[in-house]
Amino acid sequence: MRPPSPSIPEKEFLYTSLKESLRLDGRLSMEIRSPTLTFGDDLGWVECSLGKTRVLAQVEGKMVKPPPERPYEGIITIHSEISPMASNEYEPGRPSDEEVTITRMLDKVLKRSDAVDKESLCILAGQRVWHIRLTLHFLADAGNMLDCACLAGIVALKHFRRPDVEVVGDEVTVHEPTERAPIPLAIHHTPFCFTFAFFPDPTIPPVIDPSQLEQRLSAGMISIALNAQRELCVLQKLGGVPLDPDEVLKIVIIAVQKAKELNGVVEARLKEDWEGRHVEVR
Amino acid sequence: MSATVLPGTVVPAQHANLKLGPGLIQKSDAGAAGPSIITTRTGTLNHSSNGSKWWVESNSRRYVPAPQESVIGVVVQKVGDGFRVDIGAAHSASLDGLAFEGATKRNKPNIKIGCVVYARVSLAHKDMEPELECFDAQTRKAEGFGEVKGGFLVRCSLKMCRNLLDPKHFLLPLLGARFPLEAAVGMNGRVWINAKEPRQIIAISRCIEAVDPDGGGMDEAGIKAFLGTLDI
Repeated sequence: MRPPSPSIPEKEFLYTSLKESLRLDGRLSMEIRSPTLTFGDDLGWVECSLGKTRVLAQVEGKMVKPPPERPYEGIITIHSEISPMASNEYEPGRPSDEEVTITRMLDKVLKRSDAVDKESLCILAGQRVWHIRLTLHFLADAGNMLDCACLAGIVALKHFRRPDVEVVGDEVTVHEPTERAPIPLAIHHTPFCFTFAFFPDPTIPPVIDPSQLEQRLSAGMISIALNAQRELCVLQKLGGVPLDPDEVLKIVIIAVQKAKELNGVVEARLKEDWEGRHVEVR
Repeated sequence: MSATVLPGTVVPAQHANLKLGPGLIQKSDAGAAGPSIITTRTGTLNHSSNGSKWWVESNSRRYVPAPQESVIGVVVQKVGDGFRVDIGAAHSASLDGLAFEGATKRNKPNIKIGCVVYARVSLAHKDMEPELECFDAQTRKAEGFGEVKGGFLVRCSLKMCRNLLDPKHFLLPLLGARFPLEAAVGMNGRVWINAKEPRQIIAISRCIEAVDPDGGGMDEAGIKAFLGTLDI
């Protein structure tokens, strides 16, 4: 079912209040909703919520035979399908434009940016490698599912622990988590994604982390993925809003600032969760 | 007396002029002694003091149209002489072009796609498209129905709408004491609000979301503290 366009009062009110830099949920133009991370019992299970937008990420690993053209690397696959659970606009089976954008962006941010080291996933060259599968479930859509999904994905990858494997000659022994402590994935850097929305009226300044109404009424969006070390991974611009190079630079600087803050929050949460888990050593 | 019930609970309701409200149906059992009253929703079972009216009080977000309820709709399409209006139900409702006060074939209301209307559900059956009218059933006059201009639309749960329509609820009088406001509450989970400044409209919208039982259910003291933090 296609979503009905916002009504005339909603549209006019949004533009009027954005001209005065007032957002409908009381945030500042450059304030993101503070993320809440909930970890499950399994390692690699994370639910991330940005306000009312919720995404669930789950990481699993299994051993497979690698493809002949890349025998020394592991495989990482990302599965993200938006079900009607997120909102009654999405139909199962038919990817909407937004879903295609999210899938492509997740691919660029998590796979092509080499966040996870694939060579460390190799167990026995040409015979056995780890296949890490990241599944994302979109639970609720209140705007900006992309940032929420990227955050959930990278935090789940950082949270996941794979079983310890011992290779003697050609023999591979997989140790149970109860025998030997499982080891984390080798993560080179932690990319975070930030989305900014622009509006048709050029006097309205851009806003970060748009809500659902802001996203629907925006003329274009720009998404920046970067890590806390000020390295840009992806810069994606959707929609035809013309931007000066100065404006883009201003946005990048804001994103750099937010990335540092978000990194601090994520590290603190991961540490807190890890300390709460009982790891038996025999 | 209010007990929490699950769907399928048999209710001991007996009265000469028994009226069943939302959440209750009458099943006629072939074998057992006469028809029995069964609940269809989860919630609290209530009844009037003399036992003639029984209903189940529950909350949800999806609206099921029922006749004579006032709803807020958004016009999505012009169909011949009338309009197709989205009221948040399973089907879009149809609103005839002549269902307004003082409308004739020559003098039709000027309603465009995207307009917000406050209308009354005149016909609602399970599998049919509901129908709307923009005048009062008895007096045939507008009485506030029709297109509403300007302002803003807020979504909330169905219980919140019922609370806002209750004259004894605290929220709207509390906000109205601070600044003048207009509100049209639809039973379909939508409220149209209007005030002079955008700041005030945003404040009303945030208060409605805060008091909504789905989003926290703040009480009067909490709202007063909350209003202090917003600068109106």
